[in-house]
Amino acid sequence: MLMASQAIVELKNVDKRYGENHVVKDLNLAINEGEFLSILGPSGCGKTTTLRMIAGFEQQSSGTILVEGEPVEDKEPFERNVNTVFQSYALFPHMTVFENVAFGLKMKRTARAEIRERVQEALALVQLEGFEKRYPSQLSGGQKQRVAIARAIINQPKVLLLDEPLGALDLKLRKQMQLELKRLQKRLGITFVYVTHDQEEALTMSDRIAVMHEGILDQLDAPSRIYDFPATRFVADFIGESNIFDGLASPQGKNIVVTTEAGRVLGQNSGGFEEGEQVQVSVRPEKLRFDSEAREGFDLEGTVRENIFVGTFIKSILLLSSGQEVVLTSLSGQAVPEEGRSYHLFWEPSDAVILHSRSQEIWSTIANVDLSGFSAEADASADAGSAETGGANAAPASAGAASASAASASATPAAASAPAAAHRQKARA
Amino acid sequence: MASRNATQTTGFLRRRLQRAAPLLTMVSPVTVWMVILIAVPLIYVLFISFCSTDEAHHIVFAFTLQNYAKLFDPTLLSIYGNSLLIAGLTCLISILIGYPFATIMANSSPFKRTLMMVFLMLPFWTNSLIRLYGWRSILGSNGFINSVLQSLGLITQPLELLYNHFAVVLGMVYVLLPFMVLPIYTVILKLDHSLLEAASDLGARPARRFLKVTLPLTSSGIFAGSIMVFIPALGYFFVSNLMGGGTTQLIGNVIARQFKEAFNWPFGAALSIVLIIITLVLVRAYTKTGGKMDDLGAM
Repeated sequence: MLMASQAIVELKNVDKRYGENHVVKDLNLAINEGEFLSILGPSGCGKTTTLRMIAGFEQQSSGTILVEGEPVEDKEPFERNVNTVFQSYALFPHMTVFENVAFGLKMKRTARAEIRERVQEALALVQLEGFEKRYPSQLSGGQKQRVAIARAIINQPKVLLLDEPLGALDLKLRKQMQLELKRLQKRLGITFVYVTHDQEEALTMSDRIAVMHEGILDQLDAPSRIYDFPATRFVADFIGESNIFDGLASPQGKNIVVTTEAGRVLGQNSGGFEEGEQVQVSVRPEKLRFDSEAREGFDLEGTVRENIFVGTFIKSILLLSSGQEVVLTSLSGQAVPEEGRSYHLFWEPSDAVILHSRSQEIWSTIANVDLSGFSAEADASADAGSAETGGANAAPASAGAASASAASASATPAAASAPAAAHRQKARA
Repeated sequence: MASRNATQTTGFLRRRLQRAAPLLTMVSPVTVWMVILIAVPLIYVLFISFCSTDEAHHIVFAFTLQNYAKLFDPTLLSIYGNSLLIAGLTCLISILIGYPFATIMANSSPFKRTLMMVFLMLPFWTNSLIRLYGWRSILGSNGFINSVLQSLGLITQPLELLYNHFAVVLGMVYVLLPFMVLPIYTVILKLDHSLLEAASDLGARPARRFLKVTLPLTSSGIFAGSIMVFIPALGYFFVSNLMGGGTTQLIGNVIARQFKEAFNWPFGAALSIVLIIITLVLVRAYTKTGGKMDDLGAM
């Protein structure tokens, strides 16, 4: 209940299908008032569809979207108190900058003097004073972007939705606009929901990041936690660079010994791992160490194939006995492994993240989603999700759990879709 | 000195010609085509519009302005007014029918779109005269509408549906509607959908969104279509002949009569020149308001 009052936008069990195509799968997401939340993922992961459902341009197939605690299914885009900054800006080409920005106020039939005042304010906020009489065709990409933002905030929405707004700008301008957007968000105190495929952008700007992947929310957390403690293999791979080792777990006290094809390694035991369970160990390149002596608990050797100089650091590519390549970075000035030589590789157990294999990913995802209050429903939906994604590569040890969840999954969708359909009919009526 | 200048000039010309040669070989067939089929006849029409005729209706090649003076005859002026009125009405009705049609077509699935396009273009496979005779058999006093209404007992006397302005405008709209639909359809198809979403997002209800965003951004299609409909509507004498009988006189009818019945080619030529000038003025107005010739050429 407490969560519901804090969340300005809440998505509950939201599904979106285009015919056979299941674009968003059972999405649960609570966006807090005043936060900068990024939805991050590769193209086709459902992030833009999610944003468009919040804006009202798309209708979810099932589930509920709440804005300010009220369901918005039966509200048209023009009735929702959210505004959008479009990827292609979508400025009206037949209107001047002033008319573009004033559009939202005119639709509300605001008095003329007030319109003038507020448009001036908005243009000042995005540093575009003096551009009132220009047409969009007479503006640069960055200027168009600012007009689009000014136009979207003029109605003082509770939530601003931004769909890859900086995608069309060049790198330098993009970096500058990132900082400006962040500053603007703090100043206005509006909730920003920012869709991007650029992980660096998401890490720089966000209070929290929701990483999406094939329609599923993989992880929702603060940027540093997303980076340091990726919840799934996908997140570990997508955000920054990671070395990922497949292996079998053997918990031993506060550490877990993982036997991989290339040798034995250690990781920290965060709990919930079974003896013999199939896991993945994810280690960031900067956490990977090398020495000529073997370290206790590690039995991993690699030959340096290549050293690449990348400005502030040197990237070494090492070949393991299993044939897998790993990446190790050392800051310039530090010791660098010699090309062609063989080294023992190791890391601090606390620097490695151990992940349950794909079929169990969903459990760790659920652990990171705020679902206090309705955990019973959450469990049911988690089962449905795991059955969809898991399947073939379920680990032997978890076979029992997987089949159990598959059984419940086959029952849940039918039960869940009936009330949803009834609700939608009610909304239309 | 003079001869040196002359050789310099011819040398310069030769160089220019050499450089332009490839371009000329590409452009010249089209140019020759245009000159023979368009420029020569037009110049001839302009030429004879300043001539007169003898008793045997032969053209007398002597400069005179009498053909142009005759244009200010009150009956002729009323015919011009009538023509502009009919063409204007045709245009307006074509917009009112064509715009929604084009909108529906642009928002349909590709299959339905193709189907609608086929239905729109299908009539072109038949001569428009024959199609207008079809309308006559529908509207005539023994036609389809009247016989149905009479057999239902709704009317005792057949309605006068043919041989009036209504019938002429109906025929014009029928023949010219595709020329209105196609440019509008093209513009609506090109309309960026995110602009409509942006308008909704900013609180515009459908009606205001249409007036403030859709209509201004598709007006170029309406202008192009209007040009394509208005200009032929001034001259399609066969429509007013068939649908209006003798009741509706258009400029086209007068011109046709000068050539075919009165054998006063110079006067017919002068009337044609005026029609051409009206056309050019309209096209100029169209391009000045931002219309593109390409949109007209698409037809």
